[in-house]
Amino acid sequence: MDGIVQLQRQLVDYNASLFHEGFLDDQFNQLQQLQDESNPDFVVEVVTLFFEDADRLLNELTKALGQPSIDFKRLDAHVHQLKGSSSSIGAQRVHRVCISFRNSCEEQNVEGCLKNLQQVKHEYSLVKSKLETLFRMEQQVLAAGGSVSR
Amino acid sequence: MGMAAAESQFHVLAVDDSLIDRKLIERLLKTSSYQVTTVDSGSKALEFLGLSETDESNPSTPSVSPNNHHQEVEVNLVITDYCMPGMTGYDLLKKIKESSSLRNIPVVIMSSENVPSRINRCLEEGAEEFFLKPVRLSDLNKLKPHMKKTKLKDQKQGTSEKLENSEVQQLQPQQQIQNDLQGVPKSQDPQPESESHLEQQQQSLQQANNNKRKTIEQGLSPETDRTRPRYSGIATVV
Repeated sequence: MDGIVQLQRQLVDYNASLFHEGFLDDQFNQLQQLQDESNPDFVVEVVTLFFEDADRLLNELTKALGQPSIDFKRLDAHVHQLKGSSSSIGAQRVHRVCISFRNSCEEQNVEGCLKNLQQVKHEYSLVKSKLETLFRMEQQVLAAGGSVSR
Repeated sequence: MGMAAAESQFHVLAVDDSLIDRKLIERLLKTSSYQVTTVDSGSKALEFLGLSETDESNPSTPSVSPNNHHQEVEVNLVITDYCMPGMTGYDLLKKIKESSSLRNIPVVIMSSENVPSRINRCLEEGAEEFFLKPVRLSDLNKLKPHMKKTKLKDQKQGTSEKLENSEVQQLQPQQQIQNDLQGVPKSQDPQPESESHLEQQQQSLQQANNNKRKTIEQGLSPETDRTRPRYSGIATVV
């Protein structure tokens, strides 16, 4: 029993830290609230969609910024999508960088865009690894017979 | 038409080009006990509603009424993203409100961007609410009154709600004109349209100024009246 309690406590702490450090915002809470016995994997499903979406978009952004003549409209369209999906899952830091990124696009500021791309890749990889860790910890709790309460 | 059916199951059509947001809105709506259909574009939404994109307005002839397959699947509310490639949420809203068969379906717009002019534009065009994304469960609590109102309106047609009936009668001539001109694209006949449109605009602007998330609890705006009659099939307003 001790083991489960400890795991659960670690999970709760880790979860809390993600919010304190600004990786996640209240929207992530909203997602968790939408999960229940009839939809036990909802959060993982949505976050997985986000990962797939983000991977694709970051690829597109990298390509677009590598062109000899940069299509800022196209760039902006991709950033807009990433901004939307990061906001929808509560990935706060990614969302914030996207806002700056859109400004750079509007200003047609190439250097700014390149910098923003680096930043968004960085923030994305951070939140991705944190969320993967979170899900792993949840699995551990469940595997040990505990429950993941919301 | 399902008027006699219990009001427990409302059916919402959700439109969004983002897969994540579709998944989210679907979950939100189902959690709120609504039936949900999701589509990824405005044109698919129109298809589902039984209206082809080229159909600007519907004369009352059977050949262009909502296609029978979808008549059983009544849609009580459309909730759509604003920013979509091709047909925007605003375009979709317009098409719905311009259609005699669909115009009384409440439409809600969602957007990730808080742009007052955009919000006002949508409200003026007849959107019931404008939600900022990400949409939350608490936002959805605002939906039921709009859906209930449509069903209630259908039911009230037969009752002796004096005030409403007299309002309706007053507007009859206008609606007659609108009916007669159904076959004609709106732009060709500005006059009858502009009167009610202007009234409606003033009403909407007022309401929009008061509260960006408009509710039509204020009752008898021209908009409400406009959205009332035909769909019910009861010929009180002819």
